Parts: sequence; C-alpha cells; structure tokens
Amino acid sequence: MKLKSNIATSENGFIFNPATGDSFSGNGMAAQLLEAMKSGKTEDDIKQDILSRYEVSESQLNSDWDNWMLQLKEANLLEI
Amino acid sequence: MEKLPYEKPYIKKLQAGALNKFGSRTGLQPFKSIDGVSVKSLIENYGSPVFVLSEKQIRKNYRAAYRAFSTRYPKVQFAWSYKTNYLNAVCQIFHQEGSWAEVVSGFEYRKALGNGVPGNKIIFNGPGKSINDLQLAIEHDSLIHIDHFDELNLLLTLSKNLVNKPRVAIRINMDTGVYPLWDRFGFNYENGEAWSAVTKITGSGSLQLVGLHCHIGTYMLSADAYGIAANKLAELAVRCQTELNHKIEYLDLGGGFPSTNTLKGAYLPGNDTVPTIDDFAEVITSALLNFGFANDDLPLLILESGRVLIDDAGYLLGTVIANKRLANGKGAAIVDFGVNILFTSFWYEHQVSPAQDFAAHTENMVIYGPLCMNIDVIRESINLPLLNPGDQVVVHKVGAYNMTQWMQFITLRPAVVLIDEKLRTHLIRKNETLEYTAEPELVPAHLNNNK
Ligand SMILES: Cc1ncc(COP(=O)(O)O)c(C=O)c1O
Repeated sequence: MKLKSNIATSENGFIFNPATGDSFSGNGMAAQLLEAMKSGKTEDDIKQDILSRYEVSESQLNSDWDNWMLQLKEANLLEI
Repeated sequence: MEKLPYEKPYIKKLQAGALNKFGSRTGLQPFKSIDGVSVKSLIENYGSPVFVLSEKQIRKNYRAAYRAFSTRYPKVQFAWSYKTNYLNAVCQIFHQEGSWAEVVSGFEYRKALGNGVPGNKIIFNGPGKSINDLQLAIEHDSLIHIDHFDELNLLLTLSKNLVNKPRVAIRINMDTGVYPLWDRFGFNYENGEAWSAVTKITGSGSLQLVGLHCHIGTYMLSADAYGIAANKLAELAVRCQTELNHKIEYLDLGGGFPSTNTLKGAYLPGNDTVPTIDDFAEVITSALLNFGFANDDLPLLILESGRVLIDDAGYLLGTVIANKRLANGKGAAIVDFGVNILFTSFWYEHQVSPAQDFAAHTENMVIYGPLCMNIDVIRESINLPLLNPGDQVVVHKVGAYNMTQWMQFITLRPAVVLIDEKLRTHLIRKNETLEYTAEPELVPAHLNNNK
C-alpha cells in the first residue's frame, strides 16, 4: 500500500503523477490520507489518527480504506 | 474534544481533454421533502422503498392540459388511460376533475365501473376484448373502439336483435411521418381498410358509428404528427357526412404526449427537448378548426393522455444498502428498490437525488437494485455525491406505468402513499406481505408438510 515515490500532492488535494501526466483532485480526507501515506506512516497509525479525530466508526473507516486503496490502484498511484 | 465531521476519501481524475460542451450539472441539491412533507418522515411511517404521489401535482397537470385544449377548442373531453396508473385513488382524482375512463381490458373495464364511472363514459379500447367483455360493455352503453374485422363481426352478431344499437368507433392507424409506424392496432387509413370498416358498420344497421379513434404512438416528440393525424381523422369524418350522410360525433386523438423524463441515450435532458402540452393543443385544435366543419358542428375532441398527466407527480423513495467499487474502478451504490418495481428505468434515465445534505464531491457511479439479477440496473451512469449505507434517495418522475407494470419478483411490492392538497398523507396501497403472495397458492396434499 505504498504510494509511488514520485507522486506530487498538495495540501488542498491536488495530485499529480509526473510519470503519466495524470492529475487528480481529492477531497479533504483524501488529501490527509495522501499526506500521511507520503510521510511513511503505517496503515494502522493512519487509521488510529483518523479515528481519534473524526466522527467515524472503525468498521466504516475500514471499509472506506479498502475502497480508497482500490481508487489509488485504479488511478495507478500505488507502488506495485 | 468534539470530533470533526468525516467524509469518505475520494479522488477524481481531472480531464485535460475536451470538456462536455454543456458543462457538468451544477447545483445538485438534496431533495428533502415532497409538497412540504419530509422524505425522512415518509420513509419512517411507510417503510422503504415507498412510492409517493402528489395529488396537487396531478390536479395541476390535468388542469393545465384541459386549459391548453379548452381555451382553443369548444368541445374537449379527457379520458383517463387506466393502464398508466389504475390505483383507485388516482383514478378518482381524474374522475373528480371530469375525466372519463379509457380502458383496454375486461379487468380495467370492471375497475372503472367499480370506481363509479357511468358506462357511457367508459371508452373500451384494445385488441383483446372477450365476448363477455363486449356484452358487458354493450349492456352499459359504453363506447366500444373496434380494433379489427373479427371484433367487428363478433359485435355484429352480438347486436343483431338489440333494440339499443351499441355505440362504436374504429381505431385507425396511419402514416404520420413518425417511424416505426404503429400498424398493429386498428384499421389502416392509407390502404382504405378504415373506410371499408366505416361503410360496413354504417351499412349494418345494427351498430352506431359515433367516433373515430387513433393513438399514434407514445412519448411522441413531434407535435406535427398530431396535426397529420387530426387531419386524417377529420377527412374521414367529413367523408362520412358527405358520402354516407352520417355524422361522426367525436374524434379521439388518443394519448402519447411525452412527460419530461429523459429517454435513455438522449443527448439532452427531457426538460429541454419535449414539446409542451400547449404545442400539441395548438397543432391539433388548429387542424380541426381549419378543416371546414361548420362552426356549430365541430366534433367533440377526446384525449386519452396518460404519462404526461402523472409522471412528474410520482416519486420513489428508497435507501442505500451498500457501496461497492467495481473491478474497473467505477463506483457503485446498491439501493433497496429494483427494476421489478421501477419498470421505467428500462426507458428513462431517471433523475435520482440524495435526500440529505452531502459533501461537495460527486462521483460517476452505477446504481444497482437489490435483485440478484444482472438486469437490475437503475442507472448505468450518474453523477452523485458519495452515498453512505442508510442514506435516502428520491427517484423522480415515476408516476406513469410503474404502479401498474411492477412485478412481485424476488421482493414484495411496496406501499403507495398519496399526499393530498392539504398535505395530509394517505396510504392508498398497502405494501405486500408474504401472506398476500401465498393466498392464491395451493399445495397438493402429497406435497404438504404442514399438515
Ligand atoms: C389506446 C391508448 N390510449 C392512451 C394511451 C396513453 O398513452 P400515454 O401514456 O403515452 O399518453 C395508451 C397507452 O399506450 C393507449 O394504448
């Protein structure tokens, strides 16, 4: 689940993949997760952090996380 | 410490290429209430899914249509096309407004009688009337619209020794420039079949030919086609007068005016493309007024409009069951209503709105129903905000044909609720139960384990 190293992200959710030229816009939560993933935090750490700060159940977050991984994979942003 | 509101993480690819020339629809709004009654309370009180009809909107549609015709032509009569929506409460709204009944089967005919419609205000269309149906219609002095020569011959036999001659019309099919041509119903105009039916009836002495009828298609996008149809019917009526000295009392132009739903595959939304009821009224009434009938001798104009009078008065409320991401990355939502109760999703790209506030991001997704069947797709592609399980949605413009063509298949059919003009809600059809579906079933003794 590692983000490709050359992916550029901005605080407001803009994502650019220089290798393909694709750009994406994400919502606030997407921006946070990307930031955390880039800094090298583990999946568990990231989830714990979100759970402590946001109004969301663990099961909801887990299912959204799986969905998030699928989105990143589909967008070609994950290290294979 | 108070926690922050959460939203699902979501990214969307930005397209550098050509943008949709019409721009994407902005201003997607949550749709929280119908005529002031909240979606949430409707689902709480009547379950999910649930159909909701607005009496106010039905009456408004009827009055607008009646006004469009009656301000242009002196003799106008609407007949409610039962198959569009024959819930009794709905039929009664139209009858209260002055509509006759237009029916196409013995079942619908008896339903109209049950609703208290006098027999002489029931128009009986359709290719499949049985002997019993015809006899009943004759007894009640209804307007029998003959579809084919076999039916005409049967009627001649049934009416042989009657004192009161049954009142009939013929259905006529014709080329109005719209294809495909509907030539399976009625007698053809161009090849002279219609005229030979006319002469056979008037010559018989045992039937009264009182009207001429056509129904040239449904969801018709061309007003001009109705001008052609009105001209052809008028031409036949005048010919009856001049050659047979027989007066035709009414011309029935059928239904077929489109609602503002968006047809599947259409480039632009229905709101932007369909002619209005005034456009149709203008074309039809000017054709009749200019045809050359004596002013005091204009035939009564009958209309059998269905979908245009009720589609936008109907809503289907439902609930999101789950979200999925498909193998190709596309988002999907599963809702608790399927194509078995939303038959028109095969024809229309129904607008679907979330019923609660949502985050700004939208995503292109598929909406699936709950049936374990590949065909169960409510929308193949729709831009919606991210929906959570338990979120409520509203499907728009579902008033026509769904509450008659729905199927009890895999799931049970839901309740139907009417919001009246004083904003009171009324259950007008209960949701089905297991007992309801089991009632007509019989299990032979040797298969019955519950003895
Ligand atoms: C004979 C006849 N009249 C009227 C209608 C109502 O049509 P619409 O709902 O398109 O107005 C139909 C529907 O098929 C019909 O068959």
